[in-house]
Amino acid sequence: MTTIAIPSGMPQYDDVPRFDVATVRADFPILDREVNGHRLVYLDSANTSHKPRQVLDVLAEHYAMHNANVSRSVHTLGTEATEAYEGARAKIATFINAPSVDEVVFTKNSTEAINIVAYAFSNASLRPDADPRFRLGPGDEIVISEMEHHSNIVPWQLLAERTGATLRWFPLTDHGRLDESGLEELVTERTKIVSLVHMSNILGTVNATARITQRVREVGALLLLDCSQSVPHLPMDVVDYDADFIVFTGHKMCGPTGIGVLWGRGELLAAMPPVFGGGSMIETVSMARSTFAAPPARFEAGTPPIAEAVALGAAVDYLTGIGMRAIQWHEKELTAYALDALATVPGLRIFGPNVPVGRGGTISFALGDIHPHDVGQVLDSLGVQVRVGHHCAKPVCTRFGVPAMTRASFYLYTTMDEIDALVAGLEQVRKVFD
Amino acid sequence: MQLDQLYQEIILDHYKHPHGRGLREAVDPDARVGEAHHVNPTCGDEITVRVATDGKVFTDISYDGVGCSISQASASVLHELLRGRAADDAATVHEAFVELMSGRGQVTPDEEVLGDGVAFAGVARYPARVKCALLSWMAFKDAAARAGVGVSPTEVKA
Ligand SMILES: Cc1ncc(COP(=O)(O)O)c(C=O)c1O
Repeated sequence: MTTIAIPSGMPQYDDVPRFDVATVRADFPILDREVNGHRLVYLDSANTSHKPRQVLDVLAEHYAMHNANVSRSVHTLGTEATEAYEGARAKIATFINAPSVDEVVFTKNSTEAINIVAYAFSNASLRPDADPRFRLGPGDEIVISEMEHHSNIVPWQLLAERTGATLRWFPLTDHGRLDESGLEELVTERTKIVSLVHMSNILGTVNATARITQRVREVGALLLLDCSQSVPHLPMDVVDYDADFIVFTGHKMCGPTGIGVLWGRGELLAAMPPVFGGGSMIETVSMARSTFAAPPARFEAGTPPIAEAVALGAAVDYLTGIGMRAIQWHEKELTAYALDALATVPGLRIFGPNVPVGRGGTISFALGDIHPHDVGQVLDSLGVQVRVGHHCAKPVCTRFGVPAMTRASFYLYTTMDEIDALVAGLEQVRKVFD
Repeated sequence: MQLDQLYQEIILDHYKHPHGRGLREAVDPDARVGEAHHVNPTCGDEITVRVATDGKVFTDISYDGVGCSISQASASVLHELLRGRAADDAATVHEAFVELMSGRGQVTPDEEVLGDGVAFAGVARYPARVKCALLSWMAFKDAAARAGVGVSPTEVKA
């Protein structure tokens, strides 16, 4: 065996941050259970991740000890709940390097976060005095891509319908990357917003955004990145990425369901009209009219998911404790291993990048012409949990000419043994259907 | 779980060698023809079912689609069971199949009525797969209604 020496002074292989996967796995109670008489092999973290005890404990502790509504009371419990809720906001701001905590808006999930931005455009379009950056009408354009999750397609289709604006999109290359060759014609002075997935939930592609961001700036449009699949898996720095909005969802990053985040540049959030009206989002209310609170409160009408936000703060602490660089590296190694291992399965076709570069640990594939439902069912009988179907990204399936795909996705607790179990399971599938 | 209960030989057989697959024109030019296209939005399975009838008998049932073994095999069984049957007779079989699939594994199927359809008893235990099994049957019901023949009052509670 030859070893390739990395010149001294350069980062060495051993400098890569690491963590002990067995120790991490011990934090996740669900990983101990069995499924259909087999050890659980959970390869569906892109769908939702599991939650470590550290997060579950905080959730229970909040309800057990600090339960009260936020921002509405002078009593001790109310103060504790408010501090915990706002403390979580601060943790999340640090996690994504937001310049200000007030730029972090709690939402129900990514879907709601995208809809808030889309409806802010919609509401602004009805008001002549609104910020022109948010006003849309015939002749204006919204740009997305063929790689989006339905939650970054449908809100924009609906917005285009309401305002008369036109929806356009980046196509994909055969390797499952964004086709940026038409960038100049696609993103133009007519473009008001570009909303793109950062990491694809179906192809695993991590989009390089720099060129697009530069073009967006040139034409004076706004940029939203759907980071539902990236924030859980790699270090995110909103200043570095130079986006205008990002969205992500707590349940995919070791947090509970029912909590997500909209981050927006402070100046933009301040220029956006409200979307939901109700308690907590107002400055003053009279019977004839109301004025509105500054962000983030303006976009958090009603009692928010308090315990969920607090638990998301705990999830961010947990991930930070392990280190996002280390998690990213762990998944890169898993992905390289899995791409090699899957290549040994006869008749298996990978959709999306087949090298572990510019992609994350989410791999979709076809096994001959065996339908993904059948693949998933046989794997389930062996305890292997994968997702099958169109993964809420039907245009991607259409692009690659299949009705559905099978997808395996990894996270910090995934092991190479589990990838071996997947590959062995696929052999079993072939036996049943060949 | 017992995988063989789900993937019975009969099901795999119909899947690998589907009966009556492919959309066909009615032989009799006077036949009434109805067609319906159904999709399963959670998984993208699709099927088109076409029926030809003289008003009393389903002279042909043809279909085409893409989907998993369960959905494709069930279309093949549907064709086998209902083609050439009188409308009220077909309604009885249709009702029995829907009842079997909605029964969460608690219904014992009658082979006299359901023929190869009994093989789907195991599927009823997998709520995620019940819709696959019913896809062609629901499309058939719509297609028959479009051809002017009602087959089943049963609504699915899946
Ligand atoms: C890329 C992407 N965008 C958006 C979403 C929507 O997330 P949620 O359903 O939590 O709103 C998901 C997850 O399903 C996703 O993977």
